[in-house]
Amino acid sequence: MSFGFPELAAIRLGFGLSPLMPPPADVEAVLAGPASAGPGPEAMTTEKASALATRFRDVRLARREGRPEPPEGQEAERQLGDLPVEGLRRRVIRALDDPIGFGERLVQFWADHFTVRATDKMNNALALAFVDEAIRPHVNGRFEDMFFAADTHPMMLVYLDQISSRGPGSPVARRRPDRNFGLNENLAREALELHSLGVGAGYEQEDVRELAELLTGLSFSHRSGFAFRPPWAEPGAETVLGRAYGGGRRDGLDAIRDAFRDIARRPETARHLSRKLAVHFVADDPSEDLVEAMAATWRDTDGDLPQVYRVLASHPDLASGLRQKVRQPFDFCVAGLRALGIRGEGIARLELPVFRRIAWGPLEAMGQPWGRPKGPDGWPETADAWIAAQTLAARINWSLRIPRLLLDELPDPREMLVSAFGGTQSAELAWAVPKAESAAEGVALILASGDFNRR
Amino acid sequence: MLTLDRRLFLKGAALIGCSAAAHPLMSSMTFAALPGENRLVVIILRGAMDGLDAIQPYGDPMLAKLRRNLSVGPENGALDLDGFYALHPRLEPLLPLWQKGELAFAHAVSTPYRDKRSHFDGQDLLEAGTGNDLPVDRRVGGWLNRLLQATPGATAETAYSVGVEQMKILTGKAAHLSWAPRAWLKLSPQAQMLLEHVYHDDPLFRDAAQDAVQISAETSDLGKMPGPTADAEALAAFTASRLNAESRIAAFSLAGWDSHANQPVVLGRGLDRLAAAILKLREGLGPNWGRTTVLAMTEFGRTVRENGSGGTDHGTGGALLMAGGAIRGGRAFGDWPGLGEDQLYAGRDLMPTRDIRAYAAWAMHGLFGIGRDRLEREIFPGLDLGGDPGMLA
Repeated sequence: MSFGFPELAAIRLGFGLSPLMPPPADVEAVLAGPASAGPGPEAMTTEKASALATRFRDVRLARREGRPEPPEGQEAERQLGDLPVEGLRRRVIRALDDPIGFGERLVQFWADHFTVRATDKMNNALALAFVDEAIRPHVNGRFEDMFFAADTHPMMLVYLDQISSRGPGSPVARRRPDRNFGLNENLAREALELHSLGVGAGYEQEDVRELAELLTGLSFSHRSGFAFRPPWAEPGAETVLGRAYGGGRRDGLDAIRDAFRDIARRPETARHLSRKLAVHFVADDPSEDLVEAMAATWRDTDGDLPQVYRVLASHPDLASGLRQKVRQPFDFCVAGLRALGIRGEGIARLELPVFRRIAWGPLEAMGQPWGRPKGPDGWPETADAWIAAQTLAARINWSLRIPRLLLDELPDPREMLVSAFGGTQSAELAWAVPKAESAAEGVALILASGDFNRR
Repeated sequence: MLTLDRRLFLKGAALIGCSAAAHPLMSSMTFAALPGENRLVVIILRGAMDGLDAIQPYGDPMLAKLRRNLSVGPENGALDLDGFYALHPRLEPLLPLWQKGELAFAHAVSTPYRDKRSHFDGQDLLEAGTGNDLPVDRRVGGWLNRLLQATPGATAETAYSVGVEQMKILTGKAAHLSWAPRAWLKLSPQAQMLLEHVYHDDPLFRDAAQDAVQISAETSDLGKMPGPTADAEALAAFTASRLNAESRIAAFSLAGWDSHANQPVVLGRGLDRLAAAILKLREGLGPNWGRTTVLAMTEFGRTVRENGSGGTDHGTGGALLMAGGAIRGGRAFGDWPGLGEDQLYAGRDLMPTRDIRAYAAWAMHGLFGIGRDRLEREIFPGLDLGGDPGMLA
């Protein structure tokens, strides 16, 4: 069987082949994809998120004090409760309707790179705003802009405790010694260790501390919104990786932006993120040649992401590494729905409980509880982190049950074998599918196969 | 040959720190050195169970003053245990266990977590088993996993994480298995044959599918039982079936304890599920119940005063429930701190009088022979083990 770049690109860089849409013809078509990954008309904003959170807070307070609950607060509570599932639904719909898929795959990659998690229902909308405001606008731009947007976004400030950080020598700390105000290094540490340079990249605890001091002043509350508060900020300049920032009369936010820009352009960052992209898209252990080619472009272009993506999409490892990656549960579910010919509008029409059954619950069973990763390092990448008895059983069960739940008439498995793989299927699968006892089992065999669960 | 390769794979997997699945053939025949016959089940009660309502210290006269509608004692339906404590009426199904010495509790316990009272961080610390010296996101790995690392002869099959909920308590370097009753797999013989063929050359998928089919065949479909306590019973029944085979350690969680409002309903539902789970473990374990210790732990307790909406808010000291034929039950452990204004923590919470980890540590000492030094340095770094509470029979 023969296949070409289009099939390869759809499977490895997108969400697989679709019987409804042709795969991308060439590298240019792939790279055109991320341009349409920006925020959509349904985008959540911090402003809307805070309006919901404030109404919810009112109802919570009323409940605690035994007062009658304001109806608009109850409505906000209901919306906030549903939003994680609705947020997943929006992501699934966009992924299904994206003809190329590469853009939505990148949204998933970068949203995971900058992991946030709403641990209080109050912030459920804010977690969606994070992706729409900090990730989507920059997926096809410069890394330094995404880095700054993500690490100064209210959701990140909440998640990594920045909102409780005060400069030890700041006016507010000196005025209120009784309050024990102090530095919280969490965001500064992750900004260096996870988000940019990478662990072991030769920065010191002193760099973490100085960056943490530089970040003091960043504040957010649902009532007052985002602000840089000079009274919270540590006075004086801070030296991070040998360069001094702030301390003058400039807005503190500008000094933070300068620092993030410089860190984003460091060769260690180029290397760390090029490798991370290669690990995500090509192989758990990518070749030095691919990583170095991407890192070189990163250094030459100061982290211009489309140019880095071009190296990735053009590299011969894209073909030689086929099936080395296991599709993460979200990718698997989207790829399955796509291969079944289901469109976004079909998903949009589902009652919420049905959507929970087809995606929210299964993702948890497959080991990817949506929006609830274990820590700020996000989802794991290696194949064996995703395939174990329990999680593979969940994939097999999904393959057996969900197509029948969504479709009155299942596709002919022999035709689906062609449309879903475009010639990339193994001889074993091609042998087995026609021998299935029913269309349902034939379809399940396709979806549960290693061919389909790998990319 | 296959088994030998598999064993090497397992060791490798353990070294690189993932949870690998043991080959069923392998685990049932090769590892003679099982870590003994004793069994430990940890149930994480997510959402902060109100210990003062579950186990009511009605002998403290302050309780009735702080709570008018909750924790109302034996005069209003709670079940007197010893003249000081009373069991919440919804735990009545467990009363026979108390009488037989198979149920006990320790009151006024807590992890080292203080003041911020976030479920998320509190559960992280409970499962990590560490102190406050590490920031939350640095606490990698759980204390049951470190127990596995310290147990000679432990294999992946020794410990099970049960349910779809992520169990941080078992994450870490030592391999363990995980399974959810609702993952139960039923394939037609033809589909199973074809799937085996398709996975044949892909060891990762082949072994995982083999394990899934095997576990499903050895257990029953517990995912669709009816009734409000069915999910809890399914977790317990599956846990029991594994503990009757090769496994000795299991963890699962029961959520839904966050009773800010309408506590009688919320807590009642939680206690029904907890009682059902414990009874199902006892039933399923049969003769092995006699060698089993169950610890039901929650991230923190709740405020001593009831709030304006018939509930309680996040607090500090709470209660640890113990069950099993291996325990010296029918008694209350720990020192009661009192509920007077100056006896409370921060003027609002039950003052913890002992680290909850000490009880878990003494249980591991008694069940698996883990030494004090190892418990205080590796499994619960920084813990002062203190004296033996004598909780095991």
